[in-house]
Order: sequence, then C-alpha cells, then structure tokens
Amino acid sequence: MNIMTEQKLEQAVGASMTAKTNEVIKMQGRKVGVFYGEKQALFDVELDIRQNQVTALIGPSGCGKSTFLRCLNRMNDTIDSARVTGKITLDGEDVYDPKIDVVELRARVGMVFQKPNPFPKSIYENVAYGPKIHGLARTKADLDAIVQSSLQKAALWNEVKDRVHEPGTGLSGGQQQRLCIARAIAVAPEVILMDEPCSALDPIATAKVEELIDELKQNYTIVIVTHSMQQAARVSQRTAMFHLGYLVEEGATDKMFTNPDDKRTQDYITGRFG
Amino acid sequence: MREHTVASFDQDLEQIDRLIHEMADLAGSMVAASIRALLHTDAAAAQRIVSEDAVMDAKQRELDDRAITLIAKRQPMAQDLRAVLGAIRMAGDLERIGDLAKNVAKRVGAIGEGATPRGLSHGIDDMATLVNAQIGGVIAAYTGRKPDELDRLRAEDEKIDLKYTSVFRELLTYMMEDPRNITACTHLLFCAKNLERIGDHVTNIAENAYYVLTGAQLPANRPKLDETATTVLAE
Repeated sequence: MNIMTEQKLEQAVGASMTAKTNEVIKMQGRKVGVFYGEKQALFDVELDIRQNQVTALIGPSGCGKSTFLRCLNRMNDTIDSARVTGKITLDGEDVYDPKIDVVELRARVGMVFQKPNPFPKSIYENVAYGPKIHGLARTKADLDAIVQSSLQKAALWNEVKDRVHEPGTGLSGGQQQRLCIARAIAVAPEVILMDEPCSALDPIATAKVEELIDELKQNYTIVIVTHSMQQAARVSQRTAMFHLGYLVEEGATDKMFTNPDDKRTQDYITGRFG
Repeated sequence: MREHTVASFDQDLEQIDRLIHEMADLAGSMVAASIRALLHTDAAAAQRIVSEDAVMDAKQRELDDRAITLIAKRQPMAQDLRAVLGAIRMAGDLERIGDLAKNVAKRVGAIGEGATPRGLSHGIDDMATLVNAQIGGVIAAYTGRKPDELDRLRAEDEKIDLKYTSVFRELLTYMMEDPRNITACTHLLFCAKNLERIGDHVTNIAENAYYVLTGAQLPANRPKLDETATTVLAE
C-alpha cells in the first residue's frame, strides 16, 4: 500500500484547493486609462478576464469599475469627451484597433444594464431584433428557434411562452431584466457585461438572475459590476476591487471575501469605508 | 482598526468580544479554584465551581445567540467574519474547559477527607500552574493581537504533556507501593487527564485566535509529548 507522507498529503490537499480548471484569458486590459475631458477616471488598470468565469468588479461609487466595464465593448465611444489609453484585447485582438467593427464587437461582447430597458416592442421582437440585424437567421423558423432558445437560456421561456407577442414592457422588473439578458444572448456573444443587473430588482428576481448567471458562465464569460458585496461573493469566481480609479486588488473571490491582502479592500468589504 | 460606518456593528462585535473575555476569565478562575479545592479537600469551594459552570454555559449560549444574530443582520466579511466564527469556536473550547474544571471539583468529595497525601498531588499542582499560564497567555496574545505569540504558546502545550506523562508514572508508582492509594490516585489521574485536556482546548483556542488575527491557519502538526497511551511500568 502506498502511504503518503504528511508533507505530500498537505501538498496534494493544497493543490486541489488551488487547481485551475479553466484559465484561458478571454479579455485582457493592459495599462488601461480613461479620461473624461481633462479628468482622468481610470489609471493603469491591468486586469485579466478569464473565460467561462464570472469576474466581479467592486468598489465604492466613482471608483472606475463601470468605466472599466464600458471600455470592454467600447461603450465609452458614445461619450464624446471620453478617451481611452492602454490596450484591451479580446482573444488577443486589440478591441480599439481602427479596423475593428464596433457593432460586431458589441455583438461579441454584449451588455446588460442596471435598469431593465426592453425596446417598446413585443417580447419576441426584443429578442429577434439583434439576430435580424446581424443576419443570424435566414428563415422565420431559424429566428423562432433563436428566440425560443435565448428565452430558455435566460430562464424566461416558461413564463412568457404563451404571450411572446405581448409588449416586453408589460413584464415585471425581474422578467424584463431576464428579457434583456435573453436579448444579449440572442446574438451569440462570447462575453456578457452586466452593470449592476440586480440593483432594480426584488430579492426573488435577484436570486433568479444570480442563478441564471451561474448557468450562463458555462457558455459565456461574464463580467459584473455590483454594489452588493454578498452578490459578488455569491456569483463570481474572481473579484477585482477598484478605488479612486485604480485597480487595488484582484484575486479569487473566496480569498477576497475572507482574507483580502489590501487594507482598502478589507475596509470596503467589511463596511469600514470613509 | 478603523470603525465601521454603521456604529452599532462595532458595538455588536464588541459585545461578542466581551463575552469571550468573560468566559476566558471564568475558565481560568475555575481551573485554579478546582485544583485548590482538590489539594485542600475543600468541598464548599468545589460546590461553588459546579455552580459557576452553569454561568459559563449561559455565557456560551448568549454568545451563540449574539453571533447568529450578527451574521443574520450584518453579513460580516473578511476579518469580521473570522472574528465571529472564531468567537463561536473559542467559546466552545472555553465551555469545555469549564466542564473539565467542574469534573475535577466533583472528584473532591470522592477522594475524601485527608486522603490526598501532599506528595501524591504535587505534580498536579505544577500542571495546573502551567495550564493557567497558558489560558492567560493565549487570551492576552489574542487581545494584544500578537499572532506570533499565539504560535509560540501553542507549542508550549508540550510542557503540559510532558508533565502529564510524569504525573501518570508517579501515580502508577504510588498505586503499586500501596494498594490503599488506588482510589485517591485513580481520581487524581483523572484530574491530571482533565488538565491535559484543558491544555489541548487552550491549544485549539490559540489556533482559532491565530486564524482570526491573520486569516491563515497554523501548520497542522504540533509536537505531541503525551506518551501515556503507551506507558507501562516495568514489573
């Protein structure tokens, strides 16, 4: 019989606790800075977004977490005074390369916002719009299939399957948010960005969205900005803490919420901030 | 450490900390008093210790309630979370120390008047002194936030183990010399064993306190010098 020495045993146990099953870097930020006019909002952010994992961005208001999130699919382009420096890559490709088609980029890197914002159209049209403009469906049957599978993936299908032609705005807040997630999924993105997706939802709808995030990470890479520390702890595998425009600390979520290295992270997550 | 934005959070944590200190003080005084009662065959003092154990239990229940409420209300994170969970576990060890001291006190009656020859119990007195120094030291290191000191104190437990092994041999010798010593010596042996167990609980407390302060665990292995499980006397 093989008897492990205690040292070997400890190594084995240690290894299993830190084993990385999936460490493909999907997106990468290098020396990312953002200016709004003269004012610099983000400084030298170096952050890796791992594939099929949920990365949570936390930090007090105005820390730059949403600004960073919006850099990942060039949402800051819509703000005239905004200027981004440094480099952000998606599968190694520079997303700020002038040759990149921004519309296509945003299909690959989808976004879900704080407030559910369905189009003032039917549930069906909300989901079908993206695939239609991106030419993802050739026939009506194709489109029907995309709409159904997107609503199913967003865990909304069973609740709306009998009324997909009713207005999306008639759904409850939680359902609207899942509709927005379905809309993002419909164009087959690789990365989904979520900016406080649950802040306007009640606890039950929040739980549903969190459950959904957990399922979605099998097929997508997710980056979520949240003000709820518990939510970050629950849904994410990696957590990045921002403060005053700097990335303070990034690490495995389990460690960040039990024994963070940085004093500012510690103060923030324990409710001791200013 | 800076204060929480919500001041009542600090107060809740302080209350839990206060209970740990009260329980530790009580545990220390119960251990010292139980050994005194044993050595002086003081039945009244022994009775007091038995009733003090009820106070200890009540404090543990209060701490549990407060900790559960704090977790439900505040969802503590990082060092706060460690402090609350650490307190629950430390309270468990302190409560067990109270039980063991009570068990020593209960034996005072069984050993009986004048049946505890000074020579038989000398080693136990020394053990009790070591144990009490450990309790005081660990709590002081925790309060003073000195993790290195906790690491050192944990290793100190081996002194208690060594003393226990020597008391064990000593009592066996007395029993072989004169079978009339057997009743008293057997009870004293249990008392010594209780002190040794108390030492182990203090070690647990040191480990928990270390985790609370640093977020890291002390290495699993620590020297163990209690050899009584394999001790025999030559014929």
